Parts: sequence; C-alpha cells; structure tokens
Amino acid sequence: MKSLMRSTIAGLALSFSAGATVAETPGDTLVMAFVIDDIISLDPAEIYEISTSEYMANAYDRLIAIDPANPSELKLQAAESWSVSDDGKVFAFKIRPGIKFHSGNDMTAEDAEFSMERFVALNLNPAFIMNQFGLTAENVADKVRVKDPMTVEIELDAAYAPSFFLNCLSFTSVVVDKKTAMAHEAGGDFGHEWLKTNEAGSGPFVFKSWAPNESLVLETNEGYWDGVPKIKRVLIKNVTESATQQLLLQKGDIDIARNLTGDQLKAIAGDASIKTLSAPKATLWYMGLNTKNQYLAKKEARQAMKYLVDYDGLQKTMFNGTGIKHQTFLPDGQLGADNSTPFTLDIAKAKELLAQAGLPDGFNVTINVTNKSETRELSASLQNTMAKAGVNLIIKLADNKTTLTKYRASEHDIYLGTWGSDYQDPHSNADGYLNVPLAKRNGWQSPEREAAVLAARDERDSAKRTQMYMDLQKMALDESPFVILFQQVETAAIRSNVDGFIMGPSFDLNLYKNVVKN
Amino acid sequence: MISGRVQSILRTSLSVATTLLGLLLVTFVISRLLPADPVLAIVGDHASESTIAKARHDLGLDKPILTQFAIYLGNVATGDLGKSVRTGRPILRELAHVFPATLELATLGTLIGVVFGIPLGVLAATRKDTMIDHLIRLIGLIGYSVPIFWLGLMGLLVFYAKLDLLPGPGRLDFGYEEMVVPVTGLMTIDTLLAGDVALFGNALAHLILPASLLGYFSLAYISRMTRSLMLGQLRQEYILTARVKGVSEARIVWKHAMGNILVPLLTVVALSYGNLLEGSVLTETVFSWRGLGLYITDSIFGQDLPAVMGGTIAVGAIFIVINMLTDVAYRVLDPRAR
Repeated sequence: MKSLMRSTIAGLALSFSAGATVAETPGDTLVMAFVIDDIISLDPAEIYEISTSEYMANAYDRLIAIDPANPSELKLQAAESWSVSDDGKVFAFKIRPGIKFHSGNDMTAEDAEFSMERFVALNLNPAFIMNQFGLTAENVADKVRVKDPMTVEIELDAAYAPSFFLNCLSFTSVVVDKKTAMAHEAGGDFGHEWLKTNEAGSGPFVFKSWAPNESLVLETNEGYWDGVPKIKRVLIKNVTESATQQLLLQKGDIDIARNLTGDQLKAIAGDASIKTLSAPKATLWYMGLNTKNQYLAKKEARQAMKYLVDYDGLQKTMFNGTGIKHQTFLPDGQLGADNSTPFTLDIAKAKELLAQAGLPDGFNVTINVTNKSETRELSASLQNTMAKAGVNLIIKLADNKTTLTKYRASEHDIYLGTWGSDYQDPHSNADGYLNVPLAKRNGWQSPEREAAVLAARDERDSAKRTQMYMDLQKMALDESPFVILFQQVETAAIRSNVDGFIMGPSFDLNLYKNVVKN
Repeated sequence: MISGRVQSILRTSLSVATTLLGLLLVTFVISRLLPADPVLAIVGDHASESTIAKARHDLGLDKPILTQFAIYLGNVATGDLGKSVRTGRPILRELAHVFPATLELATLGTLIGVVFGIPLGVLAATRKDTMIDHLIRLIGLIGYSVPIFWLGLMGLLVFYAKLDLLPGPGRLDFGYEEMVVPVTGLMTIDTLLAGDVALFGNALAHLILPASLLGYFSLAYISRMTRSLMLGQLRQEYILTARVKGVSEARIVWKHAMGNILVPLLTVVALSYGNLLEGSVLTETVFSWRGLGLYITDSIFGQDLPAVMGGTIAVGAIFIVINMLTDVAYRVLDPRAR
C-alpha cells in the first residue's frame, strides 16, 4: 500500500516536472536578468538612464567611443578619423565608408549632422552636455555642418581641451539613420515620438521589442561592419527582486544576473557553475553636507564627519563586490583621478576636530535617505559610528524622488546618495562637485572655485590638466562639504559556460557583441 | 412615463459615475500633494533647468491643478486615458497588457480558495471546538498572518530550486514568453490558440505556485467566513426541526444551511475575487508577474500620474463589474431579491 502511494506521488511529480520545463534556454540566445524599469525612452537624444545607455551602445554606433579595455583612451567607431582646426574650435569627423544602418541605408555625414542637430535641438535630458560647447537649439543648425558627403564638422564657441570635447562625444555622438527617422517625423520632432519606442541605428544588435518593465529583445545585425555577433538574440528580462535573480541563475534559467547584492554574491561564491565579472563604474557614493546648516558651516565639523565613517567595515560587508573605498571626487579611471584614501574611522581625531569647531559635545543633524535596503543599511552604519563622537544622526527616509526634490531645493542637512559622471571626462565631476549642481545644493559655490574648474577644463596641455585636477581633489578632500565614500563596482554573475561579456567603466560600455555560449 | 427598469439603470449609472469621479479626484489630489517633483521621473537629476522647464510644459504641469484635472476628465470622457509619462505608450494599451495576467492569476486563485475554503469552513463549523476545527482555524490564521512575500520565496526555494517540481518566476519559461502572440493576453488560452500543447502545460505549471499562494490567502478568508456563517445557521430552529424529522446530517448542512448562507457567501467570494483582481503586488513582484498590482505600484513610485489614474479607473471598474455580477447572482439564488 505504502509503496503504491509512493509511486503515485513520484509519478505525479514526474508528470508535473515534465510539464514544467519546455527546454533549456535557447543556445543561441543570451538571457539576462536586469532591472530595466528605468527605461523611459529609446531615443538616443533622450537616453540617459543606466539600462538604456547600455542598450544604446549595443544597437547604435557612435562617431567615437571609449575603449572599454582602456577607459582613458578613445577609439574611433563610426568615424574613420578626426581633425581639429588650428584655432581649436572646429572639429571634423570623416565617416567610415561602408557602414549600413539596419534599414539598409548607407551611413553618411548627413546622418551624423542630423543626429547632432536633433540631440541639441530636442533639448532633452542629456542635451546639456553639448550646451557646454555653445551649441544651442537656436544655433545648432549652423554650427553642425556637412563638409563633404562623408565629413561632418562641428564648430564650438571657444577652444576647449580636445580630450574634454571628445570625451563628451563618446556619449553623445550616436549616429541615427536620418532617412528612417524622418520618415516617421511628426510636427518637427525629428522622429522623436517614433524613436522613443523604435530604433534607427547601425550597431551590432537590432532592436526587436520592448515591453515596459518586462523585457527588451535584441537580435543580431547579420551585416555588422565590425564583426557579426556570435549569438543570435539577447533577451533582457526585468527581474526586480534580486533574490529571484539569484534563484534563476543558479537554476540555469538565465545566463547572467546583473543586480545581485553583496550578500548574494557571497552566497554564490562557491558555486562552480557561476563566475563573476566586475568593473568599477564612474559613480560615487557620497554624503552632501549642507553648509547652510549652522554646524556643518564649520570646516572642522565637516572634516570631523569624514573621520566618522567605517570605510573598511563597510567595504567588507555591504560593499562586498559592489563598491571600493574611494574618497576623492574623481572616480578611478578618469584623467587625474587621485585614488588616495586619507580618511579612516578615527573617533579621537573626529572629537578633536569637533572641539576645534566649538562643538565638543557633538550636535544633532538630519540625513535624507532614499528608502532602499542599501541606503538604509549604509545610513544605519553612519548613525552608529557618528554617535561615538556625539554626532546624533537623525535618519529621514523617503522615496527616491521625494528625497531628491528636497536635495535639489537645498532643504537638507545631509544627503546620502550617488552621483554618476555624465561623461568620461574629469570636468563632469569637477563641475558637479565644485560648482553646479552639487556645490550649489550644499551652499558651497564660489567664483574662485568656478574659475579654477573652468581653467582645468580648458587647459590643452594634458600633463598640466592632470595636475590641475590633482590639486582640485586635494583641496576638496580638505575643505569640501562632500564625504565621498565608495566608488560603485558593477558585478555581473555569469553562468560559467558564457564568455565574452564586456563591462566597461560606464553602463554605456557594457557590450554583448563578443558573447558566446559554450 | 419612465419604466422602473430604466429608472434603475439610470440610478446605477449615476452612482457609478459619481463613484469613479470621487475616486479620480482623491487620487489626483493625493498624487499632487506628494512632496516630489513629477518631472524628475522623466528628466532625472542631471538635466539642465531649461530641459526641466520644457518637460514641465510638455506634461502640462505648468497649468493650475484644477485646469489639469478638468483637461484630464475631458479626455477620459472621450475614452482617452492619456499616455504613460514613463513609457510614452497609451495607458489603455498598457492596462490591456497587464490586466489579463492578473485576471488569470486571480481567477485560478479564487477558484482554489472556493474549492478548498468552503468545505474546510463547513467542516470546521460542523466539528466545532474539536481538533479538526482548531486545525482548520490554524491553517486560516497562518494564511492571514504569514507575509505572502516570504511564503512566495519559500515556495520558489522548495518547489523550484530544491525539488525541481515546478518552474520558476514568470508566466512561461524564460525566453519563451516573447514568442507567444498575444490574442487574449491570457497565457493559457494564447498558447492553446497557437496550438502549442507543451507551452500550454508550461503556462499552467507556471500558474500553480503563485495561484496556490493567492488561493491560500483567499482560502483563509473564505473558510473563516464560511465557518461563522454556517455556525449561525446551525443554531437556527429549522435545523433542529429538520434533525428531529430525521433528515440526514449531510442534507441538513449542504442543502438546508448552505442554501441559506449562499448569498452572504457570494459576497465574501466576490470581495475576495475583487481584492485579487486589484493585483497582489508582493506576489507579482516575487514571481516577476507583470500584473495590474505591480503596474500601479511601479507607476506610483515612478510618479507616472496618468498611469496611476488609469489604474485607479481600472480598479474602480473591476469592483463595479463584480458588484453588478453579484447582484445578478443574488437574483438567481434568492427569489426574494427578484
């Protein structure tokens, strides 16, 4: 009787599992779990989010791009060569002949001109990057020109460091198929409405479908000029729950999990069927101390805060595999980045500084934190270490946008969050931290610092420019209202049979082109 | 002279319109009172002031709030729920995409709740204060108090990760969902329409775990309510009379008593179904199940006002439809209501 029951149960189980699994993940498809709920638009003139930046790098070509293997170097992509006029104001890019868009159209200078024009004229999220060079919605049609059928020219309002301009272009010089975009143009929108949910690129992958908050599907561009990808399809599934990602990966239902936490990475460390790939990103965790606060206005008090963080403890726990200790405003990998870490958890030193500031008993101060597990954990650790020197940190949790709204309006004492570089040039963060918007939000703007930031931006001698950024970082370590904590590291957990996934220093340099499944 | 039937339809329509209007007004006002700038959802934290101003204008956020609400109502009246701020797609299309996923899950969940919940409730009532009663009440209590999120993850861990009996999250195995052509949006039906029996089995297998979870939750409620309704009936004098007349206990319980609690029980089931149709955010999150609950929650966090309002209308409409269906069922079941 018992054995009959057992065999019945076994039979039932068998029939269930037979129905449960159709087959293995298709061998020619890369299946990836990734939080892609930040996608709001697929138009290169609007793309500015983590997952869309990555999408753009795989579906489009740029005139010039960063070399993921060597982040401080630029590499020509759709452009075959570039030159700059003697006065340093006019840049010319010669288009590589033979590049075809996914539509079959040939890429010419007209496409590059059109792309830059719409990028600036549409004035969407990333447009400010090109505004820095005097390109505005009003003048862009004159400043960006077709010189000959294969050469496009961009005229700037002044001579900037060429590396600065080219670094910016490495994000913004995406080439869009003009004919395809204009075929869907409506009301002078350069095809924007259409491109929000469609694609007109020439990259190694062709956009297939996007179901918001669900999935993004790409297929191989069989005619890609720079080597046809080996896999046929890329399926990116939005899996917001990281524990679910871990399960799926361990079961082999996905090839790559992109959003595992430090704890989860630890848990899979012993699993031979899974490997990890890490790349430091140009995003920094930091605290912004508002100098409008009566206590934080004092330089010694701000300095004391920098000694009240358990950098090493946090590195081992919550930032295991997801961050590295970093204390200057330039992330590792950018020109002039200073990777020294002068601050450690030093309660006695902090107390001494607080006494110098006239605050020997410490003070009460609020910290605005986004209600997410990682920020909660981090702020709890900060609260704990700061209390040891009498600084009573009052944590105020709210959703991301509420916290940001307060921060943008300078209505905070301390803000805890991240800041990512807009492009791989030191000016992005130098301007952000020492001028606008972050210095402004924390009440620390000054004409002198602004002048110093601009001077470094415009310095055309690379060695001198590097030194200027080193000096600025030294000054900021000492005086600034920013307690820089960690540089974000992105770690992907990958099934061991998958090779060739490339992760660069920014999300727009994560590439699928060379992926193979063995 | 207007007949009674027309009058009743008019009255119902008026109350439906008032309910929806109230619902929309409250949602609109609350979302505007939030201390977060909705433009941030689209332009992010790095954009320039001029880009932000342009986005604010494009969204119509620079107009007075009442004007914004009036414009919105006007559009809704013509059947236009607007476009999602975050995805640029028509809200109606997005709702039509996410609702079938929830419908499939909620229907199966309620079915499980009814099939197991009612007999368990009856059993508990007829065995009041025995071990069986206590056990059934304990099962219900657990269903009420254990976080569904935790239960879902545990379910995945045991049946998917360890035992390999059931598939993981999603409505189909990874890589296959994108291959099914959506006709009804119900994965079980669409796979059948495509003539793919293996995929149909897969869709069904994917439903088992989340639907059981929701079913357990609804079972907890239905069994408890059945028990208390049944106890109320079993104390009545007509039951005593029937027993004296020698009617079998099964007939007393399932025919006499059940007949009398059917109408209130229907309300219980309808309410429970309505709750599941709103979408269970936690279950949908754990199982990567893009349903209505997850859609509305994401929209709230993403400050996607048109999507939140559209979701509100959908939830309002669900309850109105369920109410109407329950009304019809009353009339069928209870001659006095006709």
